[in-house]
Amino acid sequence: MTDIADLTGTADLTGWTCPAPLRDHDRIVLGHGGGGVLSGELVEHLFLPAFAAATPPDPTDGTRLARTGRDDDGPDDGGPDDGGPAGGDRLADAAVVRIGGARVAFTTDSYVVRPLFFPGGSIGELAVHGTVNDLACRGARPVALSAGFILEEGLELAVLARVAEAMGRAAAACGVRLVTGDTKVVERGLADGLYVNTSGLGLVPPGVDVRPTRAAPGDRIILSGPIGAHGIAVLSVRENLEFGGDVRSDTAPLHGLVDAMLAASVPGVHALRDPTRGGLATTLCEIASAARVGVEFTESAVPVPPAVEAACGFLGLDPLHIANEGRLVAFVAAADADAVLAAMRAHPAGRAATIIGTLTTDHPGMVVARTAFGGTRIVDRPLGEQLPRIC
Amino acid sequence: MCLGIPGRITKIWDDRGTRMATVDFGGVTRTACLAYLPGATIGNYTIIHAGFALTVVDEAAAHRTLATFRELGLLDDELGARQPADGVGR
Amino acid sequence: MKYLTEFHDPALARRLLDTIAATARRRWTVMEVCGGQTHAIIRHGLDQFLADQVEFIHGPGCPVCVTPLEMIDRALAIAARPEVIFCSFGDMLRVPGSETDLFSVRARGGDVRVVYSPLDAVRIAENNRDRQVVFFAVGFETTAPAAAMAAVTARRRWLTNFSMLVSHVLVPPAMEAVLAAPDNRVAAFLAAGHVCTVMGTEQYEPLVATFRTPVVVTGFEPLDVLEGVRHAVEQLESGRAELANAYPRAVRPEGNPAARMILADVFTVCDRAWRGIGTIPRSGWRLSPAWADLDAETRFDVADVRVAEPAACHSGEVLRGLLRPPDCPAFGTACTPRRPLGATMVSAEGACAAYFQYRRLAPAGPSTPAVDRD
Repeated sequence: MTDIADLTGTADLTGWTCPAPLRDHDRIVLGHGGGGVLSGELVEHLFLPAFAAATPPDPTDGTRLARTGRDDDGPDDGGPDDGGPAGGDRLADAAVVRIGGARVAFTTDSYVVRPLFFPGGSIGELAVHGTVNDLACRGARPVALSAGFILEEGLELAVLARVAEAMGRAAAACGVRLVTGDTKVVERGLADGLYVNTSGLGLVPPGVDVRPTRAAPGDRIILSGPIGAHGIAVLSVRENLEFGGDVRSDTAPLHGLVDAMLAASVPGVHALRDPTRGGLATTLCEIASAARVGVEFTESAVPVPPAVEAACGFLGLDPLHIANEGRLVAFVAAADADAVLAAMRAHPAGRAATIIGTLTTDHPGMVVARTAFGGTRIVDRPLGEQLPRIC
Repeated sequence: MCLGIPGRITKIWDDRGTRMATVDFGGVTRTACLAYLPGATIGNYTIIHAGFALTVVDEAAAHRTLATFRELGLLDDELGARQPADGVGR
Repeated sequence: MKYLTEFHDPALARRLLDTIAATARRRWTVMEVCGGQTHAIIRHGLDQFLADQVEFIHGPGCPVCVTPLEMIDRALAIAARPEVIFCSFGDMLRVPGSETDLFSVRARGGDVRVVYSPLDAVRIAENNRDRQVVFFAVGFETTAPAAAMAAVTARRRWLTNFSMLVSHVLVPPAMEAVLAAPDNRVAAFLAAGHVCTVMGTEQYEPLVATFRTPVVVTGFEPLDVLEGVRHAVEQLESGRAELANAYPRAVRPEGNPAARMILADVFTVCDRAWRGIGTIPRSGWRLSPAWADLDAETRFDVADVRVAEPAACHSGEVLRGLLRPPDCPAFGTACTPRRPLGATMVSAEGACAAYFQYRRLAPAGPSTPAVDRD
């Protein structure tokens, strides 16, 4: 472990400080929607200060401003660069607010995926699953969703119908109701076909307390299945990038899986996260920073489908940075890890669940991967969106 | 620089006078231009860079290289050699 | 994947490492020329295991890194024009010019598109006859054949709306510049394997002979890099200086004759400024006179855009192997991948970016890398 200690000990030497101010860009660039560093800075330096008066800290419930946006290329946020113990939960997947006697999880998310249909799903399934999963990652049982549409003039009705039907089917399968909605049309050229926003309400069962800052040293990190399929499936049908193959999006609801995990241990499940935009690397970095813990994981323990590995190979991308829509990462007390893992493997959405690492007191805020060769490397969030490269 | 990984040619066709191929990378396929490999045939492994196949992988040479690596090990074993390098292979 | 995963085998890596350790009687300074090799070394922690045998100096092996500032400014000027669709490889979009980058040009309304292959840019030109389509042709000898074929294809299809902003660079002259520098420390080169798939190996013969320096053609997977090191160390220990091919599955002595023929037709050798290094004679390719009608510099009249390199960036010293990225005063503070001060911090394969990504908190001295001992 001396290597890890060395890494930490020299942190000040290089004087690296994370949050650079936004002034570099005087306009929104695509990277602000990539779920990486730029996205995080937008939230930290623009939204949080602007919303400060309206979001008083509430340590009991943790959350002030939920993460928004789940798509792989949506114009929205990412996680905090440096959430302290007090504020580490304000950027959780969903907010939990007390209404009367009930604890209500609340989240919203916009979907701008292009193309609208891709192998394994469409923007319709994403809009339901993404929001359901954000609720589930607070331990909530999803109850109701809203659906807001921004449609481009000229959009074929048949396309809209396919998306709406996909949403209806997905919601029914999840056992949530689509209870309210809105439709706006913008002039041709002002939108890319259609965008969807869904907001979701869920109920947090008594005793359940799942949030980023409960992640603690010693916790086991459990990944619910192989990574990268969603992001690669979407890239595989992008214009100018088409490649063939059988990579299908992993989009799936995760609340059933979370139920099964909580049935195995309510207090042991400390934190949950679905590694969407920015991939597994971003999720681990966000937990490391929110809970002020170190993350250590074994690279070879992370299942990457061969086709995802291959596509990342020729595009020059890192599977750890690729978006997922049907996976979650759980941070579970060591004593409960086996029971929770067994419960996950007994559930269809978690059959390939596996322990990939642990949280440590060493190097808080930092994610360290052990390579197949036995060396170590630091894992960072991607800066912005993922672009194929030649070199 | 010069990202390039090997894939197997599974299909060859002509696109308005340019020789093109489908290359399989183990589950995903990509179209590549074969203009620089007039001799390449279906079944060849080739290294693709920026959409172009640049070389046919010499499979015999690949196996020879791997065999060399294994012999290095055997030689070491025969000599009752040193401890393994720290960490590697664990 | 076949011919890929076999070259990641940790057990065979151990055998190679043992052999290198048994051969090396001192610590040798080896330059890996290609950024892809730098990536493999840091990504897999190979330098951690070779700390006692090899000091890696990261070579000028990333074309995105070395593209001169003024060429980027020309690109930005062209990309901002309303009639232009500007096509570029993805890694070029984040490279800053004097004022801005291609991402920001796009945010201000420029039509900047990422392409995977230069032929995609030709297709975009075919589908947008009323627009000017410009391809930013950067890269080493490996990438240049793709750009050359784009030119050939555009002409064959009578596309008058296609042009290229060409800033190709050539590896051997840069290696020669490294060796010729009075403060050179490089004892052996790992030559860039994919460059050699195109150009072959004989172009390094004069280098080996003149400077008595081993040149080992090397691939990009971890075992390939170790095999290159093994060859280099063996030569150095026995006092030999030879041209060796440690990547024979991909590299033939003659390279790719078909590609070389078209390269010789479309491009002509020119002096080229390397970002952070300065001008290296006969180290670039520009369009040859027969293909000058495709030159975006003249079509859009940007050839007189000239700028000086920023002073605070030490990327020149990094590229020449005189400074390790973490030793640069700006590394990780004034200069990060998010706000790169210089070329080597820009691309994912630039030496500084690779350090920042994988090793930015490692101890600074070359004698104390973060070796894994648990």
